[in-house]
Amino acid sequence: MRPFDYYEATSLEEAVSLLGRYDGRASILAGGTDLLVEMKEGLRAPACLVNIKRIPGLDELSYTPGEGLRIGAAVTVRQVERHPAVRQHYAGLAQAACQLGSVQVRNRATVVGNICRASPSADTAPPLIADGALVCLFGADGTRTVPLEEFFTGPGQTVLRAHEIVTELRLPDPIPHTGQVYLKHGRRLAMELATVGVAVSLTLQDEICTRVRIVLGAVAPTPIRASEAEAVLEGRSPDSTLVSMAAVKAQEASRPIDDVRSSAAYRRQMVRVLTLRALEQALTRARQEDSP
Amino acid sequence: MKRLIRLYVNGEPHEVLVPVYRTLLDVLREELGLTGTKKGCDVGDCGACTILLNGEPVNACLVLAVEADGTQVDTIEGLAQVGEEGVRLHPLQESFLRLGAAQCGFCTPGMIMAARALLAENPSPSEEAVRFAIAGNICRCTGYTKIVQAILYAANREVM
Repeated sequence: MRPFDYYEATSLEEAVSLLGRYDGRASILAGGTDLLVEMKEGLRAPACLVNIKRIPGLDELSYTPGEGLRIGAAVTVRQVERHPAVRQHYAGLAQAACQLGSVQVRNRATVVGNICRASPSADTAPPLIADGALVCLFGADGTRTVPLEEFFTGPGQTVLRAHEIVTELRLPDPIPHTGQVYLKHGRRLAMELATVGVAVSLTLQDEICTRVRIVLGAVAPTPIRASEAEAVLEGRSPDSTLVSMAAVKAQEASRPIDDVRSSAAYRRQMVRVLTLRALEQALTRARQEDSP
Repeated sequence: MKRLIRLYVNGEPHEVLVPVYRTLLDVLREELGLTGTKKGCDVGDCGACTILLNGEPVNACLVLAVEADGTQVDTIEGLAQVGEEGVRLHPLQESFLRLGAAQCGFCTPGMIMAARALLAENPSPSEEAVRFAIAGNICRCTGYTKIVQAILYAANREVM
């Protein structure tokens, strides 16, 4: 690693002013599990690292009924994976968290870092979008909030402006009778980047799908919603024909590439298969929620 | 840029002056002479450098030493008890020895530290839970069967 300056910011204002002082040559350090690897491999050589883990409040991980979940920028993937309220109310996110990297990586890596890295295959992105997550940003001009769905602009690219920091993710409290699922497909079970990831969040009221979110990972430059697939089910009573039709629409929405992990043709096939499975499992979970 | 940091390694306090770009792994191995923690891939893929940071398993190669200031660090060197009657191995070390769970031995310290974290949280894990816990530890000799058996044996579960 090339030498760099190192600061432990104690406030968001201090962190933003450091980013400004180094004008594009400083990197935020939270988990470091991607950043330090890229620095060791010579892909990045920041002049300064700004550690934000000691900023008060960024370690907040809390669930409030009626309000929802807050995940601060310093909260690790492992904390989210273990949190009882996440397991109970955000099952898709819990599934994604426990499939990211290894235990050792999850103990360092942050969920916000997984988002800021903006990899098309980021495991936590599809379930967070399906749950309607908002990204809270802090910059020299103050704070703003962006829906996670609009946060990504391309591989490694986001709407984050220069000298701006993501401070937390906010997830609304799920509507009762909602089933959430994240299915990850890879060449092996662990320590794997997703070949295809599918998240579903589905609300069922009196056997009618009132809200459906189908989000695909690793099959486009950013995680994408399969809106036409959602429309097949929304407002209808789900049966196996509709679920199959939605899965085909999801496949049509995908725009995958060929790479070392899989061919584009295989990815397209797996989008249909995984969407079908994810919808079936989400329906089961939504119905289980009905019985006390 | 250097910083003075304080680490509690295997219960003992150490003060070390470290360049900010040094990893905790390099400081453990080169400043403190604790070479039981191995450097394999150095990019968080192999798990050979697994240590416990405040009780949780992490890859020491992906932690800057300055980030570990004030933390409790547990390494493989701290497992065996050294007393008047000699050295008493940790149950995990005993079971790895008895069941032949090490061949070249390079992955063994990381495996044992990952297993130690698992057993602290879940004293009687299933085989699936063991395999899940050591998913980030790569062994290129054994095929994992004996490693998994040794961890289950240390947890006093029946070995297949």
